[in-house]
Amino acid sequence: MKVSMTVNETSYERDVEPRTLLVDFIRDDLGLTGTNVGCDTSQCGSCAVHVNGAVVKSCTVLAAQAEGASVTTIEGLARNGELHPMQQAFTEKHGLQCGFCTPGMIMTAVKLVESNPVMTDYQIRHGLEGNLCRCTGYDNIVKAVQEGSEQLEAHSPFELTRAEHQITLREAEATAAERSAK
Amino acid sequence: MTTTERAFGASHKRLEDARFITGEGRYTDNMSEPGMVHMSVARSPVAHANIKSIDTSAAAGMPGVVGVFTGQQMADAGYGGIPCAWVVPDSGTVTPAHPPIAIDKVRYAGDAVAIVVADTDANARDAALAVAVDYDVLPAVVDARKATEDGQPQLHEEAPNNQCFHWPLVGGDTDAAFEAADVVVSETITNQRLIANALEPRAALAKVDGAMAGVTLTVTSQNPHIVRFLLSLDTPFAEHKIRVIAPDVGGGFGSKLPHYPEDTMVIFAAEQVGAPVKWTETRSENYLATAHGRDHISEVEMAATKDGKILGLRAQTWASLGAYLSTASTGVPTILHGLILSGSYDIGAIKEDVYGTFTNNTPTDAYRGAGRPEATFMLERMVDLVARELEMDPVEIRRRNLIEPFTDGHEVATGLVYDTGNYVGALDMALDMFGYEDARKAQAKAREAGRLVGIGVVTYTEICGLGPSEVAGAVGFGGGLWESAIVRFHPTGKVTLLVGVAPHGQGEETTFAQIIADQLGVAVDDVDVVYGDTGETPMGWGTYGSRTTPVASGAIMGAVEQIKDKGAKIAAHLLEAAEEDIEFSNGVFSVKGSRDEGKTIQDIALAANTAWSMPEGVDPGLEASAFFNPANFVYPFGTHLAEVEVDPETGEIEFQRYLAVDDCGNIINPMIVEGQVHGGIAQGAAQALWEGAVYDDDGNLLTGSMMSYAIPKAEFLPSFETGYTETPTPVNPLGVKGVGETGTIASTATVYNAVMDALAPLGVEQVDMPLTPERVWRAMVDAQQGGE
Repeated sequence: MKVSMTVNETSYERDVEPRTLLVDFIRDDLGLTGTNVGCDTSQCGSCAVHVNGAVVKSCTVLAAQAEGASVTTIEGLARNGELHPMQQAFTEKHGLQCGFCTPGMIMTAVKLVESNPVMTDYQIRHGLEGNLCRCTGYDNIVKAVQEGSEQLEAHSPFELTRAEHQITLREAEATAAERSAK
Repeated sequence: MTTTERAFGASHKRLEDARFITGEGRYTDNMSEPGMVHMSVARSPVAHANIKSIDTSAAAGMPGVVGVFTGQQMADAGYGGIPCAWVVPDSGTVTPAHPPIAIDKVRYAGDAVAIVVADTDANARDAALAVAVDYDVLPAVVDARKATEDGQPQLHEEAPNNQCFHWPLVGGDTDAAFEAADVVVSETITNQRLIANALEPRAALAKVDGAMAGVTLTVTSQNPHIVRFLLSLDTPFAEHKIRVIAPDVGGGFGSKLPHYPEDTMVIFAAEQVGAPVKWTETRSENYLATAHGRDHISEVEMAATKDGKILGLRAQTWASLGAYLSTASTGVPTILHGLILSGSYDIGAIKEDVYGTFTNNTPTDAYRGAGRPEATFMLERMVDLVARELEMDPVEIRRRNLIEPFTDGHEVATGLVYDTGNYVGALDMALDMFGYEDARKAQAKAREAGRLVGIGVVTYTEICGLGPSEVAGAVGFGGGLWESAIVRFHPTGKVTLLVGVAPHGQGEETTFAQIIADQLGVAVDDVDVVYGDTGETPMGWGTYGSRTTPVASGAIMGAVEQIKDKGAKIAAHLLEAAEEDIEFSNGVFSVKGSRDEGKTIQDIALAANTAWSMPEGVDPGLEASAFFNPANFVYPFGTHLAEVEVDPETGEIEFQRYLAVDDCGNIINPMIVEGQVHGGIAQGAAQALWEGAVYDDDGNLLTGSMMSYAIPKAEFLPSFETGYTETPTPVNPLGVKGVGETGTIASTATVYNAVMDALAPLGVEQVDMPLTPERVWRAMVDAQQGGE
C-alpha cells in the first residue's frame, strides 16, 4: 500500500506492506536511523517521535496510521544547525551514556516540558515513565530535563519565577503526601 | 600555549555526545550493505528435548526466503562449537560441546534449532516460525543446587549430576576460626538470576569478501578482538582474514562480552547465500538468547568474637551456568567471586566451595560486577547479621574490622594483595555527608511512631582493572589482559589515538582525549579516539571488569612518553640546543632558562611529518605504539548508605535516599565518574528491589519481556548523593582505578541491608530478593504470627 507523510518537513511517499510499523518506515524506508528500537512491547520508549505534535512510540503504530501526518524525529529537532535546547541540556548534564535511549528520551522530554513548563523533579520522573534508560540511573536525565526546561523558559517567561513555581508545586506534593499518609 | 584548567580532573563534556543527541549514533542495526538479506533464528520453545527431526521445507517455501539451514549443515561446512574461553584450573571443569545451532538435543528454551535467511527481516521472522521440529520433550531442571542431586535430568553426558566444576578456595584455618568464635551466624543467600537488558538488542552483520577470502563482522560487542580470536577457532576463517567491528554499542553490562552463536551463524549464512547477512535480536529474543547474570545459591557462615571481630567466613555456593558454557562464565562465580570475599576487612580464614552446575536455562556470564556483587552481598549481609546478633551498630562492627589505611599493598586471606586503601577515610566521609547520627536518631523516633524506617550501610572493596596477564593465564582465562595504544600526530598537530579496548557508553572517547591533552598540551577537541575495529586498532582485550581506563591508560602513557622523548630530540635539533636542555610544558618544548618561544607540539608534529630536517638517527613521523601489562589488579573501595521506609500495611518500600562515597584513585573526569556511579547504583538497587528472572519448573522463562521483568524507571529511584576520596594506585602511571562496577557491587547489599534494618523491629531477618511488596508483606505477616 502507499503511505505518504511529512517527516522532518520533507514529504515522502512509499509503497509498504500494510503491516509496516511507523518505526520501520522511518528507519528502513526513509533511512532515518536515529529513532531506535529497544523492545517489542512498547515499554522502552527508544522509538519515541512526534506525530502531529504529540509524543508517539513509533513501534506502537502502523505507518498507515500516520498517513498524512507531520512527523518529527530526533534528526529533525535541531534547526538551522542549532541544537534544540533539550539536546544541548542532555550533553551539558551528562544525561546520556551509551546513547541508545537518548533520541526517545529527548523527544519525550521536549513535549513534557512544552506542556509543563515548570516541574519538580518528582514530576519529571513520572513524566518519563514511558522511557527506559539502563545506563544513567536517571538522575542526570532529570537534571537535563530541568536544564532544558529552563533554557526553553527563556523564550516564554512566567509571572512567577521558576523557583517560586517549584516551591508551590513541592508544597502541593508534600500536602498530597501527608494526606495519603493519613 | 597557556591552559587555564588542567584537562586531567576536569568535567569535560563528552565528545561522543554530538552524534547521539542528534540521532547519528552508529549502532549495528543502523548498518546496511548493498544486497543485504536478513537472518532470523528459529528457537526451541521447550527447555529440554531430544530433536527427532527438523523439517525446513515449509519455511523454505515462504515468501522471500533465500535459505534455511540447520546445525548439521553448519557443522558439515566446517563450523565448530562455540568455545568457552575460561577454564578454571584445579576445578575439574568439563566443557561440553556447544553447537551454535542445536543438532540432536536442545537444552534451554531459546536454544537455536535452525536459521532462516530472507529478503526482509519480517519475512525471515515469519519463515522461522514455519520451521517444524519434532521434539521428544525431557524433564528439565532450573535450580543450580537441585541440579546436582541424584535423579535430576542430565544436560550433558560428560557432566554427571550436572556438575561442571567444583572450585575450592581455602585461605587460612577456618575450622580453628569457628572453634574460637563466640558467635556464629549462618544464612542461605540467593543472588537471583538477572537479565542485563542493555537497551540496544544484540545485532550482527556479516559480509564475506570472496576475492580476499575474508569476512567482516559488524557486531554489538564489548571486545571485538576477542570475538575475532574466537571466530578463528569456530569458523573456517583464519584470524588475519577476519575483521570485527563493534561500532557504537548501546550498553553491554557484560552481556555483550560473550562470543555468541549468532556471530558464527551470520558468517555461515553469508557464505551460503552469497550476500551480506544481518541479524537483529528482538527484545523478547534477548531475554532468551543473551547471557543472563548472577543465579547463585550460597550457604554462608560467619564466625566472630563477642567484641565483633570477624574471625572466619565459610561458604558453599551453587552457581547456575545455564545450559552451555558462555565465554567467561566459569570465571565469574570463582575467581571474580571467591577471591574478594574478604572485602574491606581483615578476616583470618576464608573457605568457599563453589559448584558450577548446568541447568536448563539461558547461559550465564558476566553481568555488571560479575561475581563481586554476589560476594559483596554475601559478606555484607553476614556482617550485618553478626552485628544484629551482638546488638552492635552496623557501622561500629565494620569500623572494628576495616583494614587500616595502607599504601604499599595488603594481603588478605584469599591470597590477593590489595594495592592501596583508606577504608576508614571513605567511611568517615560517608557518615558525615549522610548525617548518620542524626539519621539514627530520626529513625528511633520514627520507630516509636510505628514507622518502619531503615538505614543500610556497606563498606566494600572490589577487584577490577583486569589485570596482570600472568594471573589471567594462571587462573585459566584463555587470553591476555594487557592493553595497547597508538598515538598518532598528524602534520597539523591533530591527534588520533587508537586503542584496543572497546568502550560502549563509558565515555573514554573523552577521558582518553583528556589524558592526551593533559600530557601533550593539545586541545581535547583535537584528539580523536578510535576503538572497536580490529581492522584499525591494535590488539586489546576489550571493555569489561572496570579495566578500560586503568589498563589502557597505562598503554596510552607509554606512547605519550615516547612522543615526548622524540619531540624533545626534534625540538633540540630545531632549537640548536642539547637534548638534555629541552624541557616540555603545556605543549611547548623550550630550552631551559631561555626566553625564546620554543617549539609547540604542533610545530614538532609538522617538522616530524615533513621530515625536512630531522636530527641524525631519528626517523620521520610522530607516532608511538605501546603496550601495558599491569603488575596487579586495582582495588576501588568505598562506603555506601541507603535509607528506606517500608509501608507496614502493604510491604511497599519507599526508596528515599542513597549516598555513595567511592574511591577510584585519581579522577580524570568527575562528571563521567559520577555518571558511572549513578548507573551502577540503579542496577544494583534493582537487584535488591525489583529485578529477577523467573522460570517455571519446565524451564519456561516467565519474565520474558519488559512487561514482566521490572527494569527500574525514573520514578523508582531517588536522586543520588555522591562523594569521593582519592587514593591513587601505584599499579598504573596515572594512579587510576576502575569505576564502572563499584555502584552495582555495593548497592545491592546496601539497599537490602536498609530494608532488613527497617523490618528489624518486627523480627524479620531474611527475605529473598527482589524485595517485592508481596514478599515483604508475607515476611512481616509470618514474623508477627511467629511472634504471637
